[in-house]
Amino acid sequence: MAAIIETRGLTRRYGRQTAVDRLDLEVREGEIFGFLGPNGAGKTTTILMLLGLTEPTAGSARVLGHDPVLDPLPIKRQVGYLPENVGFYDDLTAWENLQYIADLNRIPRSDAARKIESALATVGLSDVGDKPVGAFSRGMRQRLGIAELLVKDPRLLILDEPTLGLDPDGTLKMLDLIRDLNRSRGITVMFSSHLLDQVQRICHRVGIMIQGRLVALGTLEELARRKLGDTAGSSLEEIYMRYFKEG
Amino acid sequence: MWTICRKELADHFNSTRFLLLFCLVFMVALVSTYMAVENIHKVLEGRTRPSHVFLLMFTTPGRFFSLVEFVAFFGPLLGIIMGFDAINRERHLRTLGKLLSQPIYRDAVINGKFLAGVITVSIVLVSLLLLLCGMGLIALGVVPGGEEIARLGIYLIISTAYLAFWLGLAILFSILFRSLATSALASVALWIFFSFFMGFVANLTADAIRPVYNRQDIVQVMANERLAHALSLISPATLYAEATTAILDPFQRSTSRLLVVTPLEGLSLERFQGPLPLDQSMFLVWPHVVLLIALTLICFGISYVTFMRQEIRTV
Repeated sequence: MAAIIETRGLTRRYGRQTAVDRLDLEVREGEIFGFLGPNGAGKTTTILMLLGLTEPTAGSARVLGHDPVLDPLPIKRQVGYLPENVGFYDDLTAWENLQYIADLNRIPRSDAARKIESALATVGLSDVGDKPVGAFSRGMRQRLGIAELLVKDPRLLILDEPTLGLDPDGTLKMLDLIRDLNRSRGITVMFSSHLLDQVQRICHRVGIMIQGRLVALGTLEELARRKLGDTAGSSLEEIYMRYFKEG
Repeated sequence: MWTICRKELADHFNSTRFLLLFCLVFMVALVSTYMAVENIHKVLEGRTRPSHVFLLMFTTPGRFFSLVEFVAFFGPLLGIIMGFDAINRERHLRTLGKLLSQPIYRDAVINGKFLAGVITVSIVLVSLLLLLCGMGLIALGVVPGGEEIARLGIYLIISTAYLAFWLGLAILFSILFRSLATSALASVALWIFFSFFMGFVANLTADAIRPVYNRQDIVQVMANERLAHALSLISPATLYAEATTAILDPFQRSTSRLLVVTPLEGLSLERFQGPLPLDQSMFLVWPHVVLLIALTLICFGISYVTFMRQEIRTV
């Protein structure tokens, strides 16, 4: 499988503090990649650098074959990015919010109507499309965030803590949605989280980041074999705690 | 950029604050014009051959102030209110990251918002002026001549440029400060300073650098006055006030407050009491307009540089 995201020695410093330290990461086309790490490990900074929203201090990245520093527009056209705690224009309706995104992506109005309809249906918000977003619950907002990404037919989704603050039912729905998008449409998904059981449930491969450094990268079985010596019955939590204590 | 501009325009026109502000500005303008119309008769009594009567409606002070003075004082508020939360509201709503991850350049965001603000402000000014002209036609019964219309058109352009400066400044503050209240206060503070205190500051500085020891010494007084005037021109409010009075009042022959006139020159000036033609008035205010636009561009330049390098993270 071809690499859809590739970073080499990617580094970002803020003053004396190093947020991301010589990161070598690879995400392959068609997989769900779980990006793990405690709060403040540098996950969000990495994601921002992949989209060209923050400039790296050193190193380079390639996303879909483009350099995010020199050539961010083709990346932004094909990548759907859901920020942590995504916001909306609260006085506009769900439909108008999606319409704005479609306009910004220069999707013709005739196509956009169809795409918005289907995106809202996919995330189960068809019946509230004409309600102002201000009244939406957290779970609905998060799903609307996903709908916003689907409007532009992305090849790659980058989701920053998509399940943060959702109730168990909402979390389950969100994870099902992510898995479904990956299976039925072949969209590559990279999502960051610090909730391990979720990642374990749907991810093909994981990367563990602690204090700006990537300490592990591989499938769950590979990591378990490397750290715990056996694969049977080992959970991601055990592996993670092992890395965490060492880091 | 046009997409952003269109959305911002829709936001402006839908917002309550715009509606309130427009009603307020409109009402005050109506009242001041009404009072000016009442006063025009008194002003005209002293003139043997009245000309440019229609323009007098805008420059004659009523009981409190003329319409032009009103726009000079409260116009900035309009610009500030259109712009003070341009960028940090997006931060506040947590939509900035999302917006910038769409396939657009960063400057398109600033440009779109600025353009939407300028369009809104100019629509307000144009509709205001047209309404007042209509009222003037009925109340005064004087039809404006071609030159008067041209002067009003230029006045409109200068006013838009002036409000655009305040809009640009407010957008700059909305980028620099993350809190809505701070950026609003910073803009208002600067507005008050430039509108009310710049004159004092200019005089004080001039007194310190070029003191006048002897009021009879024309050289000292001149140096002091020149410096004070030059300093006060830093303020866009002064620039605007001088530019518009010269444009709307054709009898104004200089923007300087102090003229040294020898007795012989005085005699020859007496003979030419007529109004200046339009191109000569333009010539008088040209530097002011250029300076006003330059100030706007400086604000814009700083906005670009800051915004391009700014972290968009909200945490």
